Amino acid sequence: MPPKVDLTKCDGCKAEEEPLCEQICPGNLMTLNDDGKAMCRESRDCWDCMSCTKICPQGAIETRLPYQLGYYPAKLIPKVGTNKIIWTCVDKDGKIERFIVKTRND
Amino acid sequence: MAMKAKLPESLDQVEKVYCETDILIIGAGNAGCFAAIEAKRKNPDLKVTLMEKAYIDRSGCLAAGMDAINTYLKKGKTIEDFIKWSRSQAGGLLREDLAIKVAENLNAPVEEWEEWGLPIKKNEDTAEYANRGKWDITIQGESMKPIIAEKVREYGCEVLNRVVATNYLLKDGRVVGAMGFHVRQGKMVVVKAKATIIATGGAAGIYKPYTNDGSDSHHQLWYSPFNTGAGYAMGIRAGAEMTTFEMRWCATRTKDFTGPIDTISVGYGTPMINGKGEKILQKRYAEWGGETAPRFIRANAPMEEWMEGRGPCFMDTTGMSDEEIKQMKNDYLNERPTYVLFLAARGQDLKKEPIEIYGNDPYIVGGHTASGYWLNSEDWSTTLPGLFACGDVAGGVPNKFVGGCAAEGLLAARGAVEYVAQLNGEIEIDEAQVEAEKARIYAPVFRLIEEGDGVKPKEMEERMQRLMDEYAGGVHQFFRMNEEQLQYALKHIKILQDQVKYLIANDLHELMGAHEVIDRLDVAEVLIHHLLYRKETRWPGWQTRTDYPEKNDEAFDCFVNSTRDPETGEVKIFTREYEQIVPGDRMKPN
Ligand SMILES: Cc1cc2nc3c(=O)[nH]c(=O)nc-3n(C[C@H](O)[C@H](O)[C@H](O)COP(=O)(O)OP(=O)(O)OC[C@H]3O[C@@H](n4cnc5c(N)ncnc54)[C@H](O)[C@@H]3O)c2cc1C
Ligand code: SF4
Ligand code: SF4
Repeated sequence: MPPKVDLTKCDGCKAEEEPLCEQICPGNLMTLNDDGKAMCRESRDCWDCMSCTKICPQGAIETRLPYQLGYYPAKLIPKVGTNKIIWTCVDKDGKIERFIVKTRND
Repeated sequence: MAMKAKLPESLDQVEKVYCETDILIIGAGNAGCFAAIEAKRKNPDLKVTLMEKAYIDRSGCLAAGMDAINTYLKKGKTIEDFIKWSRSQAGGLLREDLAIKVAENLNAPVEEWEEWGLPIKKNEDTAEYANRGKWDITIQGESMKPIIAEKVREYGCEVLNRVVATNYLLKDGRVVGAMGFHVRQGKMVVVKAKATIIATGGAAGIYKPYTNDGSDSHHQLWYSPFNTGAGYAMGIRAGAEMTTFEMRWCATRTKDFTGPIDTISVGYGTPMINGKGEKILQKRYAEWGGETAPRFIRANAPMEEWMEGRGPCFMDTTGMSDEEIKQMKNDYLNERPTYVLFLAARGQDLKKEPIEIYGNDPYIVGGHTASGYWLNSEDWSTTLPGLFACGDVAGGVPNKFVGGCAAEGLLAARGAVEYVAQLNGEIEIDEAQVEAEKARIYAPVFRLIEEGDGVKPKEMEERMQRLMDEYAGGVHQFFRMNEEQLQYALKHIKILQDQVKYLIANDLHELMGAHEVIDRLDVAEVLIHHLLYRKETRWPGWQTRTDYPEKNDEAFDCFVNSTRDPETGEVKIFTREYEQIVPGDRMKPN
């Protein structure tokens, strides 16, 4: 489901020609609202590929699961580096797991 | 900040943009990107253009990444071994002539990807790729799409992002490019090309997914929900010959998430168990090879257990070590990262609670099963002159997956480059066809302006999905169907096709949605004809006819093909013979 946008963090990618989350989404789902902040057009149509979450320079997007499928308030947060992603996963009871995943050869 | 495009208010307000190229590739996914690079390598003087509905860096199946290459010829394995394995996995039906050439080209793209930056694990002792089952290798493919997108740009290919292809340009029966619209700018785009390669992937969203709660989980699918069968539909509308649509891709996926399970089963050798803890495949499908039984058997097994009252079913992860579990989550982060979130949201300890599995909503995907364009194995051309096909949209070769789809990209590009070399004269296009397509593309916009009322693309999509689910063997029906149900489905698909004239679109995104449902309806129509024709059950699960539960080799050990007449709309179904090249029992892997 829906990427949840933290409106206090999102700056609408003012410096970019096109907001990065809008540019990247394979489903054409991200756009800006009238206040110039990111929003998902149709939460039901998100494939939760996390491309928007990974690319946001402000870390303003959190990918949520539909509640119907998975319980609140689990989280999965990627910190994207040049050659790796550090993933932090918090389960519904607050237990934290961390993963470091290589994404490109050095 | 980018300006939002306004919708045109009348047909004459629609701006048309014309481009010209040597080779047009529709769909900048895995296969399309390899095709573009290969075309440039074969002849750097050619102009190569990609038309992509999304943005090349994260489009299609590879958007979130991949954790494995499912088909790679490891040291000691021969092409013959590969054909025998693939053939038996597909229940004995595949185009051997095509599959042999795919196998010959299977490893090169993967090795190239690695050179370009894709991390692939190596076995420390042998320095060869680390194994995952017989044919798979493990990769860390989170960035494999951005990596290949960079290469496409480096090779000097032109990329038209956010252009949705809607139909081929045709001149005297030949494909001379394609038309579509820009989903951000609202313009119609007409690309004239000497040769065209279709690479739009398969079709998701024909059937209703069981995870669909009507609110936030409509796209909780395994296959990319943004691959909506456009390439099939464009071919169907132009009269191209299609093959084996009835071999649907139904698989066992993680329950409630519809995620891949090869990561668990092939990657970590976990057995499939039912609610009673019995090892289903070993107990009931031993003669099919147990845990390595053909894919349709593995798809059907858990559903049979549910029907017999022995569900739920699981991949038994309780025997895995902590290290393996951590590694498996790592793998998922490279492919479907939110599955790790799903497990966390369930608070699930995999050593105590195994991973639940279930069937998925059926997809039409030529990279897994064999549905798609009927090809010429000389040059990967389709039955429409000037048109070549590769990847999930191309038919005849099941079990292609990432490596095989990329290999087909190379093969289709070589065919197209040679075709272009022998052409003389200018390409002409038919302006009347462009005008007609313009009216067809934008009709939902003007209907809303003129009539103020009609049918939303979503409404039509949901009607179609429920119809297909209930009457054409969807997951809620445990993949089963009969003659009467299929006839009912066909009747209503026809009604929906007639109702397309009532579609309305409020913005460009919804206009794309309208064309997605129009395309899916054309795929659904042809699919039902194929399902009706095969009066037997060849692949229980993929194609289960309750009225013809047995396999009938005398009548149906062949390919079922179709064409739809562009003038009359009539779907013709016919068969093509099986051609065996690699000797041996086609049902046996060795
Ligand atoms: C979740 C998942 C996991 C998988 N896991 C594995 C695995 O571990 N190992 C493995 O080997 N294989 C795996 N596969 C299969 C493999 O990824 C695919 O078979 C293969 O990548 C398909 O390549 P393709 O180029 O045909 O399609 P894609 O890469 O999907 O490309 C199709 C492109 O066409 C574009 N397009 C669609 N419609 C239009 C249109 N109308 N106009 C313009 N452009 C359009 C799309 O946006 C997309 O970019 C997996 C697939 C999925 C979905
Ligand atoms: S990428 Fe981030 S900062 Fe930019 S518009 Fe999207 S949410 Fe806002
Ligand atoms: S998670 Fe993927 S599909 Fe969903 S909005 Fe973000 S980029 Fe789009």
